[in-house]
Amino acid sequence: MTTPTDPVTDPATDDAGVAREAGSAAYVLALADDALVYAQRLGEWMTNAPQIEEDMALGNIALDLLGQARALYPHVGVLDGTGRGEDDYAMLRDERAFRNVHLVEQERGDFGQEMARLLWFSAWQCELHGRLAAGSDEVLAGVAGKSLKEVRYHLDHARQWVVRLGDGTAESHRRMQAALEWAAPYVDELFDDEPAAAAVAAGVLTAPPSSVRPSVERAVEEVVATATLTMPETPRWRSRGGRDGIHSRPMGSLLAEMQHIARSHPGATW
Amino acid sequence: MSGDTTTTGAGAPAASPDTPERSWPLWEVFVRGKRGLSHVHVGSLHAPDAEMALRNGRDLYTRRQEGVSIWVVRADDITASSPDEKDSFFDPAADKIYRHPTFYDVPEDVEYL
Repeated sequence: MTTPTDPVTDPATDDAGVAREAGSAAYVLALADDALVYAQRLGEWMTNAPQIEEDMALGNIALDLLGQARALYPHVGVLDGTGRGEDDYAMLRDERAFRNVHLVEQERGDFGQEMARLLWFSAWQCELHGRLAAGSDEVLAGVAGKSLKEVRYHLDHARQWVVRLGDGTAESHRRMQAALEWAAPYVDELFDDEPAAAAVAAGVLTAPPSSVRPSVERAVEEVVATATLTMPETPRWRSRGGRDGIHSRPMGSLLAEMQHIARSHPGATW
Repeated sequence: MSGDTTTTGAGAPAASPDTPERSWPLWEVFVRGKRGLSHVHVGSLHAPDAEMALRNGRDLYTRRQEGVSIWVVRADDITASSPDEKDSFFDPAADKIYRHPTFYDVPEDVEYL
């Protein structure tokens, strides 16, 4: 291992009981939270997608993301020195301790909105995981390298649908364009450099998040153009705070649904 | 009651106001296994077009590494023999045992036969 782990065994805790993850742990935790929370949202499509085939497709993508989260959480436990496991992070943290971006926590909208969200998220993951795979943290590089194949498929899925809906009927075109406008304010957070500063300094991430923005935008623009849609103008309001644990209203009910079994029956197994 | 229910499937591009109940066409899926020599029919699915049918086939039928290649064919494009014609189609072969290569003496020292 070449990871420069900080000799922190007892991470400071602030008044809200939020552990302050040391070094690159904070960013790895953020990536795990992105994957977990989006997996939860995508799972809501089961029985709700336009066709059962699409239930399966979105369920598969959700499971891929859940797998990424499960691989990352124990590694965060090593990096932050607490030795916590996947359940500790996924089920026993409160809202303020989650570091995911607002994009993934937003409530399930129509199918076009989901494809707009998936397009941005998977295009971003494709670029980011490429950088992580070349990084200095062997565990993280391994997880990123494996997930890259999955993520490329997610991007392809979003692409197929955005093109079909955008270049489909007048109604599907209108709603797909509206979906792109809906997603636009949530994109900035993905490229925020500040939360990743320690990870970049440690060489875990070979380049700051903002450096992947041009290639992510190119990928999205290509899809949008093929779909006969137009890129939204830069939104005046943009989400922020997710990486600091400041979340939007839908996050509370998402966590309640996701965590209540584990919290109602502590330590239960089956 | 049904007059104002305009909410069709959110993402079904094939549905138009004229044909609200119209659903995606049926596709037959053929998968070639890792060591298999030919594609084998594994089932069917619905998809709006061939590209999506291929992807749905991947998600539905190769989740457990069952295959390395997928074909999809519109079910409408398959011309199948009819069950009604079963007798005239297949039974005449039943009593023609000379069509099976079972009347040859295989020399003992010939391998791989």
